Amino acid sequence: MDIHEYQAKELLAQRGVPIPRGKVVYTPAEAAQAAIELGGELWAVKAQIHAGGRGKAGGVRLCKTPHEVSKVAEALLGTALVTHQTGPEGKIVERLYIEAAEPFEREIYLGFVLDRKTQRIRIIASAQGGMEIEDIVKTHPEAILQIEVEPAIGLLAFQARELAFGLGGLTLKQVQKFVSLTLGCYRTFRDLDASMAEINPLVVTREGQLVALDGKMSFDDNALFRHPELHEMHDPAQEDPREAQAHLHGLNYVGLAGDIGCIINGAGLAMATMDMIKYAGGEPANFLDVGGGASPERVAEAFRLVLSDPNVKAILVNIFAGINRCDWVAQGVVQAARELKVPLVVRLAGTNVEAGQKIIRESGLPIISADTLAEAAERAVAAAHGKTA
Amino acid sequence: MSILIDENTKIIVQGFTGDKATFHATEMIQYGTNVVGGVTPGKGGMKHLERPVFDTVRQAVESTGAEASLAFVPPPFAADALMEAAEAGLKLVCIITDGIPTQDMMRVKRYLLRYPKETRTLIVGPNCAGIISAGRAMLGIMPGHIYKRGNVGIVSRSGTLGYEAAAQMTALGIGISTSVGIGGDPINGSSFLDHMALFERDPDTHAVVMIGEIGGPQEAEAAQWIRENMSKPVIGYVAGLTAPKGRRMGHAGAIISAEGDTAGEKAEIMKSYGLFVAPSASELGSTVAQALATL
Repeated sequence: MDIHEYQAKELLAQRGVPIPRGKVVYTPAEAAQAAIELGGELWAVKAQIHAGGRGKAGGVRLCKTPHEVSKVAEALLGTALVTHQTGPEGKIVERLYIEAAEPFEREIYLGFVLDRKTQRIRIIASAQGGMEIEDIVKTHPEAILQIEVEPAIGLLAFQARELAFGLGGLTLKQVQKFVSLTLGCYRTFRDLDASMAEINPLVVTREGQLVALDGKMSFDDNALFRHPELHEMHDPAQEDPREAQAHLHGLNYVGLAGDIGCIINGAGLAMATMDMIKYAGGEPANFLDVGGGASPERVAEAFRLVLSDPNVKAILVNIFAGINRCDWVAQGVVQAARELKVPLVVRLAGTNVEAGQKIIRESGLPIISADTLAEAAERAVAAAHGKTA
Repeated sequence: MSILIDENTKIIVQGFTGDKATFHATEMIQYGTNVVGGVTPGKGGMKHLERPVFDTVRQAVESTGAEASLAFVPPPFAADALMEAAEAGLKLVCIITDGIPTQDMMRVKRYLLRYPKETRTLIVGPNCAGIISAGRAMLGIMPGHIYKRGNVGIVSRSGTLGYEAAAQMTALGIGISTSVGIGGDPINGSSFLDHMALFERDPDTHAVVMIGEIGGPQEAEAAQWIRENMSKPVIGYVAGLTAPKGRRMGHAGAIISAEGDTAGEKAEIMKSYGLFVAPSASELGSTVAQALATL
């Protein structure tokens, strides 16, 4: 689960990470009022969306008067902001974060990830803050410092100190501040089961303070059950509506650009089937894993989801039944297919396959059967192109 | 022969009395698996499926001599159950549970380092279909009847894609020694490499199929190990050539997944290390047949 910048900063600040003073607002009037209450002479108006690259896309703007703040707020609120991470449709801006802007002298990069290879939390720092980390990797690989955290011990102060001295140019006092805020970030990451945290940039202000100017965090969905405080931070407006709907029903759906709707059990088989569609000259419209127990209700919900995409010209169902039996799956498919307006290709395999195929055959519906993965993909591609294979 | 389990392996089920565990334990027993009991805290002393129930894994091991377990424990309690099994001295734990927090698995893997390598518990899963030694024993949730007894091993991250490979091989008359589902989570109990090493030592396994997916470094690591250490032919496949790149919010992940992460890159790495690579999922069986023809 992703959260907004202001929420990430709030969580980090609770564990001792210094952040600029700011307020979240929903209207231009609130934005101007927030600027007046925060005081000062310069404010940052920041679009709150679940994507990076906001600055370059015009989603972060500096303003010199509360009036200007409200004008910028008016221009941003309700629009879809397109960044290199949002896709062409962009993400809708419903909330803004107004911050008191302070001049700074230096930008540092600080990131936390779960490293699959070492199976530990990895901390990444670079003196080239403000840049995208991908670009730093390419242009200044030597400027990237990394440490791994021993899970049984946790992050140690000396490790953070090594990073601070590695970054160079910090006074002893600033090194101590860096250590304390890095430990604070680590505790936030560990205690809340984060999967990613990034402060870019972490700035050194003219007064010599270290402040997290930006903050991004994502959390492990599997651990949300033990963090009720994070549930309240969930913002469904930032999610693709179909993906959110799928999530509610325990289905895993990702919308794509093609025209063949896919309903498959198991993520690996789903990806392999999509590859087969491409191999046969077609394009999948979605990834959809109905999971282990493909009950009639789940199959029906899967059909609803796939058909809510207007580009779908044919549907391919590929179920390899293990726990669930093919006859049971077939009943669900036949029920869901009664009102169907696009061609349907069904491939069943595994437990009780003959009984399942019999139900499909005897349904009287124009369902196209396939025995193998290759046949299923070829027939679905032909059906989508209006031919019969 | 086979790896990990056979008809003599003494097996217990953790979370024995739950609905799902009861269903699958029954299937395992019908397949011929030597299920000697189970564990459900608070139900010790009961009988379930005509087998004894224990409160703790340690009691179960002391009373039955169990060597392996199948864990059907809900996600919040799964890590604890795995560490309990390790401390009780089980050689093998297969965990089916889907949805275990990643940091919990990190702690489990760290906990296992307490034990010397020779006696350390091997964890298979989580979020996997389990292990089957065809015609001998089943420690998992797969449809047992699709596996024909034979001499080819399978290691797969995906459960259903593993079934697909087995079905295609069975259709061509190719049998299976053992099939292992290592699971789709970011942190696995055991990796492709762990099982490749076991298959290499098993005299009755003549070739191995390795079915990977996008994401993570495992396939590339295993492919390199195979080139350097394995005498048997290995058939590789990687699902997800057309999968969209995950939409990430930040960039920190990019630094550790910059290379060798996509399906295409992994397939190329496999080829460069001399594996037989199936061009598509429908050619898994035929590629195995080609590899066997070289023996």
